[in-house]
Amino acid sequence: MSAHAHADHGAPTSFVRRWLYSTNHKDIGTMYLVFAILAAFIGGGLSIYMRMELMEPGVQYMADGHVWNVFTTAHGLIMVFFVVMPGLIGGFGNWFVPIMIGAPDMAFPRMNNISFWLLPPSFILLLLSAVMDGGAGVGWTIYPPLSSSSGTPGMSMDLAIFSLHLAGVSSILGAANFITTIFNMRTPGMTLHKMPLFVWAMLVTAFLLLLAVPVLAGAITMLLTDRNFGTTFFIPEGGGDPILFLHLFWFFGHPEVYIMILPAFGIVSHIISTFSKKAVFGYLGMAYAMVAIGFIGFIVWAHHMYTVGLSVDTRAYFTAATMVIAVPTGVKIFSWIATMWGGSITFRVPMLWAIGFIFLFTVGGVTGVVLSNAGLDVVLHNTYYVIAHFHYVLSLGAVFGLFAGFYYWFSKMTGYEYSEFLGKLHFWVTFVGVNLTFFPMHFLGLAGMPRRYIDYPDAFAGWNMVASIGSYIGALGAILFLVVIVEAFMAKRRAADNPYGEGATTLEWQVASPPPYHTFDELPKVK
Amino acid sequence: MAFMATFSYAKTAAFVQRAGMLAALAGAAFFMAGTGAFAAEPLPWQMGLQPPAGTIAEMADDLHNLLLVVITLISLFVLGLLVYVGVRFRASANPVPSKTSHHTVIEILWTVIPVVILVGIAIPSFRLLYYLDKTADTDMVIKVTGNQWYWNYEYPDEGFAFDSYLVDEEDLQEGQIRLLSVDYPMVVPENTRVKLLITGNDVMHSFFVPSLAVQVYAFIGRTNEVWIDVPEGGKTYYGQCNQICGVNHAYMPIEVKALPADEYKAWVESAREEFAMNETVPVLGEPETIVLASAE
Repeated sequence: MSAHAHADHGAPTSFVRRWLYSTNHKDIGTMYLVFAILAAFIGGGLSIYMRMELMEPGVQYMADGHVWNVFTTAHGLIMVFFVVMPGLIGGFGNWFVPIMIGAPDMAFPRMNNISFWLLPPSFILLLLSAVMDGGAGVGWTIYPPLSSSSGTPGMSMDLAIFSLHLAGVSSILGAANFITTIFNMRTPGMTLHKMPLFVWAMLVTAFLLLLAVPVLAGAITMLLTDRNFGTTFFIPEGGGDPILFLHLFWFFGHPEVYIMILPAFGIVSHIISTFSKKAVFGYLGMAYAMVAIGFIGFIVWAHHMYTVGLSVDTRAYFTAATMVIAVPTGVKIFSWIATMWGGSITFRVPMLWAIGFIFLFTVGGVTGVVLSNAGLDVVLHNTYYVIAHFHYVLSLGAVFGLFAGFYYWFSKMTGYEYSEFLGKLHFWVTFVGVNLTFFPMHFLGLAGMPRRYIDYPDAFAGWNMVASIGSYIGALGAILFLVVIVEAFMAKRRAADNPYGEGATTLEWQVASPPPYHTFDELPKVK
Repeated sequence: MAFMATFSYAKTAAFVQRAGMLAALAGAAFFMAGTGAFAAEPLPWQMGLQPPAGTIAEMADDLHNLLLVVITLISLFVLGLLVYVGVRFRASANPVPSKTSHHTVIEILWTVIPVVILVGIAIPSFRLLYYLDKTADTDMVIKVTGNQWYWNYEYPDEGFAFDSYLVDEEDLQEGQIRLLSVDYPMVVPENTRVKLLITGNDVMHSFFVPSLAVQVYAFIGRTNEVWIDVPEGGKTYYGQCNQICGVNHAYMPIEVKALPADEYKAWVESAREEFAMNETVPVLGEPETIVLASAE
C-alpha cells in the first residue's frame, strides 16, 4: 500500500474491495450479522416445519423418521454454529470489542476476513449434508455408531464433518484474534479491570473457543477416519469405544453452550446499566463470575452422559460440579437486579429484551439445577424437559441477548432509529410465542416424551398442539423483526450519537452513528 | 458410599414431606394435576411425572417434588424482584438514580445462600444416586438388547429369549396403545428385584421406562446394568427408546408387564414352549444361580 492509501480514510467504493476483501472490523461484523439473520430464517424455518409435524399425532408432512432426524440435525447445527455464534461473537464482538477498548481495529484484520469467509462454504456444506445421499439424520451430537459408516453410509455425514471443520477453523481464528486484540490493543488507561463487561465476556468466550473447538475438531476427524480409512476409534469391534466420542464431544459441547451465552451476559449487563442510569453493580464480581463460569464449564461435561453407564462416583462428582455453576450464575442474576435497584429505569426496547432475558434465563437455569442431579436424570434425560431447559437458556436466553444487542446498537451500527412501537410489538409477540412453545415442553418431558420423535403416543397431543401454536406466534415475531428493519431503513430517522443519555458510558457512544470507517482518528484516553 | 450414611435421612425425609405439602400450597400442585393415580402410561394434558412404581421411582419422585418447590420459589422470587424494581425504580417514580454499585454484605449473602440451598439439594440427590447403583442384591436377571428397531429380552436363568416389536397402528387390539404397545412385552414378577443387563447390537439406543425410573443407553461393546423392583398391582408400564437410532427411532417402544409370582411362573412355562426356537442360552437341568460380577 502506498502513501495514497494512508491519506484515504474512506471505505473502498468497489463492492468487491469493500466486502469480499474486507479487513474492517465493522464491515466484517455487519457481514456476520447479515449471515446470522439469513441462517436464522433457515434454521428457524426448519423448526416451524417440525412443529407443524408434531402439532398432531401421526405423520403428516414428512416422509418418515429419517427426514425428521435430518431436520433436527440441521436445525441444531445451524442454530449453534451459524446463528448464535456468528451473531453474538462474529457480529457484535467484531463491531464493538475494538470500539469499546479504543482500538483502531482487530489485531489481525486479514485473519478476521478469512474467519468470516470460511463460514459461507461451511454453511453450504452443512446444507448439502442435509440433502445429499438422503441426509445426515444423527442429531447435532453426531454420536457414533449412528454417525459411523455402518449407521450412516454415504457422503452426507462426511459433508457435515467438513462443515464443522471449517466452522471450527473460523471460530479458532476468530478466538485468537479477539484474545490478541483484547490483550494488546487496549487504549492507554483501559486496564483489564476497567474493561466493559461485554469485552470481558468476549475474552472469556474466546478462551473457551480456543480450548474447546480443537477437541471437537479432533473428535470429528477421528470419526472421519473411522468412516473412510478403516480406523476404529469409536468402533468396539476394532477395540474402540463410542463413549470416547461422547466424552470428546461434550468436552467441547458443554463449553460451547457457555460460548453461546456469555456474550449475551455481556450485552445484558450494558443494557441494564444504560437504561437504569447506573453503573453495573459489583463489576468485579460480574467479570470474575464469567471467568468462573468459563472455568467450571470445562469440568462438567459428563452431566450430558449420566445414562451411558458411568460409574456412580463419577456421576456423583459431575452432579456436584454441575450444581456449583448455579452459584456464579446466581451472582450475575442478582447483580443485574441490584443494578436496576435504585436506578431510574426507562423501558426502551433493548431493556425489555434484557429484562426478559434475566427472567427466562432464570427459569432455564433452575431447570438446569434439576437436571444436574444424576439420580433424577434417569427420568428426565433426553426427554422434552431437556429440550425445554436448553431452549429456555438458548432460544430465550442467547437469542433474547441477540435481539437485545441488535436493538441496543441498531442506531449505532446503521445511523437510523427503529420504530419504538414496532420494536416493542416484536418483543411482546416473540415473548408470548416462545414461552407458549417451550413451557409446555416441561410437562411433556416430565410425562416421559422422548426427544427426536417424529410421532408420539396420543396422550402427548395436547401440549404438543399448544407448543406448535406458540411456535407459529414466534414465527410471526420473526417476520415482525424483518418489518422493524425494513421500516427503519425506509423511514431514515437519523440517530443521535448517544441516544440513551448519561447511562450509556462505553466508548461506542462517544463516536458518530454510524462510526466512521476508521473509528478513531486518535486514541481515546480513559481516565 | 459410607459417608452417605452419616447424614440423618430422617430429617431430610421429614423435610421432603413438609416440602411436599408446601408444594400444594405454593400452587406447584398444578404440575401434578391431571396425573391419574392408577395410570402407568402418560395421560392427556399430564403436567407432572408419571406415577412412580418401585422404590427408585418413589425416591426420584420425592426428589423432584422437593426440587419443584425450590425452583418455583426461586423463579417467583426473581420475578417478584424484577417486578418490584421495575415499578419502584421506573424513571417517573425515581428520576435521580443512586450511585451505589457495591455492597459487600449482600454480595456475600447471594453467594452463600445459594451454596446452602445446593448442599440441601445434594444430600437427597446423592442418596438417590447411590441407591440406584445397588445392583448387587437382585433376585433375577433379564438381558435387554437394543436393535434397529426392536428390543430383545433374554431370560438367562430360564433359557429363552424373544424379540419385542411395536404393534402397528392397523393391528391394534382393544386396550392397546398406539406407539406404546408391543407384541411381546417384557414380563417381570412383582415385588422382585430384577437386574437388567442392557446392551445393543448396532447403533445406540436407550432403554427408558419413566414410571420405573430406569434409563440407560444400550449400545454395542458394553453391557450396562440397572435394577428395578416393580410393585404389586399387575400393571403394565410403558417406555420408549430414548436415543436417536435412525429412521424408526419413534417406533421401538418398551412394555413391561408385572405379574404376581404364580402367574409369572405360569408365564415362564408357556414362554419356554413358545420361544423354544429362540433359545440362546442352553437350558440347564435345574436353573442355577448365576453370579455376576458387580461393582459392589
